[in-house]
Amino acid sequence: MNPGIISNPGIATVSYIIATILFILALGGLSHQETARRGNWYGIIGMAVALAATVLGFVTAQYALLVGALVVGGAIGLWAARRVQMTQMPELVAILHSLVGLAAVAVGFANFMDPGRLEHYLGVELTIHDIETYLGILIGAVTFSGSVIAFGKLSGRIGGKPLILPARHWLNLLLLLAAIAYGYLFVAQSPQGGGLVPLLIMTGVALLFGIHMVMAIGGADMPVVVSMLNSYSGWAASATGFMLDNDLLIVTGALVGSSGAILSYIMCRAMNRRFLAVIAGGFGTSEGTQVAGGEDQGEVFPIDAEETALLLDAAKEVMIIPGYGMAVAQAQHIVHELTQALRDKGVNVRFGIHPVAGRMPGHMNVLLAEAKVPYDIVFEMDEINDDFPEVDVSIVIGANDIVNPSALEEPEGPIGGMPVLECWKGKTTIVLKRSMATGYAGVQNPLFFKDNTRMLFGDAKESLDAVFKAL
Amino acid sequence: MRIGVPRETYAGEKRVATTPEVAAQLIKLGYEVVIESQAGAAAKFSDEAYRAGGCSVAGADEAWAADIVLKVRAPDAQEAAGLRSGQTLISFLWPAQNPELLQQLTASGVTALAMDSVPRISRAQKVDALSSMANIAGYRAVVEAAAHFGRFFTGQITAAGKVEPAKVLIIGAGVAGLAAIGAARSMGAIVRAFDTRPEVKEQVESMDAEFLMLDFEDEDGSGEGGYAKVMSDAFIAAEMALFAEQAREVDIIITTALIPGKPAPRLITRAMVESMQDGSVIVDLAAEQGGNCELTEPDRVLEHAGVTLIGYTDMPSRLPATSSQLYATNLRHLLSDMTPGKDGQLAVDMDDEVIRGATVCKDGATTWPPPAPKVSMAPPKPAEAAPPPVAEPKKKSVAGPLIGMALAGLALLLMGAVAPPSFMQHFTVFVLACFVGYMVIWNVTPALHTPLMSVTNAISSIIIIGALLQISSDVALIKWIAVATVAVTAVNIFGGFAVTRRMLEMFRK
Repeated sequence: MNPGIISNPGIATVSYIIATILFILALGGLSHQETARRGNWYGIIGMAVALAATVLGFVTAQYALLVGALVVGGAIGLWAARRVQMTQMPELVAILHSLVGLAAVAVGFANFMDPGRLEHYLGVELTIHDIETYLGILIGAVTFSGSVIAFGKLSGRIGGKPLILPARHWLNLLLLLAAIAYGYLFVAQSPQGGGLVPLLIMTGVALLFGIHMVMAIGGADMPVVVSMLNSYSGWAASATGFMLDNDLLIVTGALVGSSGAILSYIMCRAMNRRFLAVIAGGFGTSEGTQVAGGEDQGEVFPIDAEETALLLDAAKEVMIIPGYGMAVAQAQHIVHELTQALRDKGVNVRFGIHPVAGRMPGHMNVLLAEAKVPYDIVFEMDEINDDFPEVDVSIVIGANDIVNPSALEEPEGPIGGMPVLECWKGKTTIVLKRSMATGYAGVQNPLFFKDNTRMLFGDAKESLDAVFKAL
Repeated sequence: MRIGVPRETYAGEKRVATTPEVAAQLIKLGYEVVIESQAGAAAKFSDEAYRAGGCSVAGADEAWAADIVLKVRAPDAQEAAGLRSGQTLISFLWPAQNPELLQQLTASGVTALAMDSVPRISRAQKVDALSSMANIAGYRAVVEAAAHFGRFFTGQITAAGKVEPAKVLIIGAGVAGLAAIGAARSMGAIVRAFDTRPEVKEQVESMDAEFLMLDFEDEDGSGEGGYAKVMSDAFIAAEMALFAEQAREVDIIITTALIPGKPAPRLITRAMVESMQDGSVIVDLAAEQGGNCELTEPDRVLEHAGVTLIGYTDMPSRLPATSSQLYATNLRHLLSDMTPGKDGQLAVDMDDEVIRGATVCKDGATTWPPPAPKVSMAPPKPAEAAPPPVAEPKKKSVAGPLIGMALAGLALLLMGAVAPPSFMQHFTVFVLACFVGYMVIWNVTPALHTPLMSVTNAISSIIIIGALLQISSDVALIKWIAVATVAVTAVNIFGGFAVTRRMLEMFRK
């Protein structure tokens, strides 16, 4: 490799080590809200160090183009970050994932086309290098197309319903076999300077696989998909690192990859589902999952805004359980105002967040933070689930499956075994809902028919506005 | 169809069967509402208010001639005689106590619905006028007791000395009893409650009152429809001993014990009354059914041995505005169930359990008593015998992970055998980094998972280094691919960090 302005490779290596440490500190900082902002700065500094070291150490020409590209891309990024609504965070994250995938594909192809490749690597080294290139492009392409589809689904451009092709498992297997077969061809043709055709075909296959994988996944599983794609984008960076013999990429990619993998695992556990079952898709189709006798559950008790206000006024302990419906109705601000008003009256208001509430991990926390709800009254499911017997009023805003008692009562049901917020153990539960429709899982919710549950029908934001006024 | 609301003629009755507000809702159901002039006067609803609500105000004859007649009290013989076939009467009727009236109504061909016969099932709660009235009676009982009691309910420590809080015993924790507990508690009294049904203990305690337990091998006093049943002699003896002991201690006793279809149980004897302190008050809400206290006389306030005994039977009527409003709303719920088309056409659907239960005569036939109601529409509790099948934690097989680890180790060894050392060096770094990531990420608080994703997103754009290494290439195609990649990843770097920052700024205490 040609030396750049600073010709000593040792300096680049040290810079990379510094950047690696800063990245680890950045992730470590997220362990608590107080240290999180500092963590983000560590990340920014680490990135700056890595970029500076690379530019000064290895770039020998095209500075103008480089700066131009950075400025254009950076401006777009900053603009998007400023403009995005907090309810749209999942979409933004998904589209950003796709960019990492795209970059991995581009770097992989550019590397393959580099004429110096065949001189630099020989024998087994070349084979391994080719496999690394191949894998980098494969993962990158899956990440790219999968993220684009996820973006489409999250932003509503593509319907949220899972697309279930007949024999889809066989189709996936076929695509996988094709990827392996073309990989073999590619490795075989590469030393003779060929291999572009299998590489291109494989890229197409990987893109198709990404599309098909995400299309088959229903709306409720989106948190898993988003964190899974997060993981893929990391592995793509890691594979690129192997290809380029660059430890910084390998380490960073591995950090990101394991982060996404852990998030996916947490999400799956929160839904009591197996990772493979989610990826295989088809959840949220309600095919045959409609519980028989759904109408026979008993009586639903409606309530109006004034009565809700009276209940809240008389309560000492209030628990608010937000779900994706709160994001859809953009109700987080009025939730905050309501919280504020109740807290001023000495009511202890807390929030109970289910891990899969919303469309990506931690989505509800961000929405509440945006509305200036202090984070020390926002609790995770495991922290507050035992407190429900002391709660006077629980308010469920636009959530359904995460407060469904049948998850515990019917272990064989479609959502059996999924941990849920046990709000029915409190004195009164008020459910804000547009209609009696079922949640993503297509399971009727016996919570709505409990004697201590009241239904406040209507748009969550309008209902809460009315409650707030009545208060 | 037309709804008529006549004035209540029973002496002292101040309630009215609809309020201006509820009348407006009845009109929305498609009905026309005629109200007798001055019908709401005693409850402070003026004729003007009804007119403003969309009703027409007319004489008694016109109100009685309407298709549907809403009343509070059962009509007297003369009023009933004016009803003709085709009309529907809805009011309290007490068919068991008034067999002649039931006969008369049946003979005239009227369809009559008795609000007191609404089955006590959860679906009918909104129609349950007995509960509405019992609630008011319980509240009013406390108000009456306070008015006749010479002391504070609440305890106070003032500059002029200390005031002891009043001790209130409430017998029977039904709707009326619970309302009385709530009212007495909110006035600051120390409240104790007794009931033969152990399941109400929780409700009593939830209202900050003390539930008096009987030292007795458990006998469940729960009868049909949520009412109490007659208890065994031994139980009653133990109960009486408890009351005798309490009577010496408490200042106020409010009794609400009723057993359906039976005279009220005698719970407070003359001796107990005499054992109470001077100035104590007893409110007997069962006075109409003979009284829970031996000395009560219906509709009268007596004094015996310094104890005031209140036997009013018209407690709801003593809060006419609230009781009219709640009763009118009960009627409105019933009517809206009976008006499925919201077109002002009444349908008496005898397949509907609630309406079937309330209807005492229809088309010249007596339909009372109704067939025994199902206690609840809710699905029967899953057989108790089947214990909730606890999802048994699958025994973690030790063999599975071990085999997996062995295979993985073997694969790694094979790879080590063929791969060049440079690759193995990178691989070491990779594996270690995965473990570092694993350790670090588990510490991330779930609240910050979204910022975690955006920040990992930003740092995964470290892939830009790949593009930077290629940007100086002499091959034009590679150069331009690299430039594009730099631009794309720059979006990610700047966007990712900026949006993370924006989010983290929002997390405030």
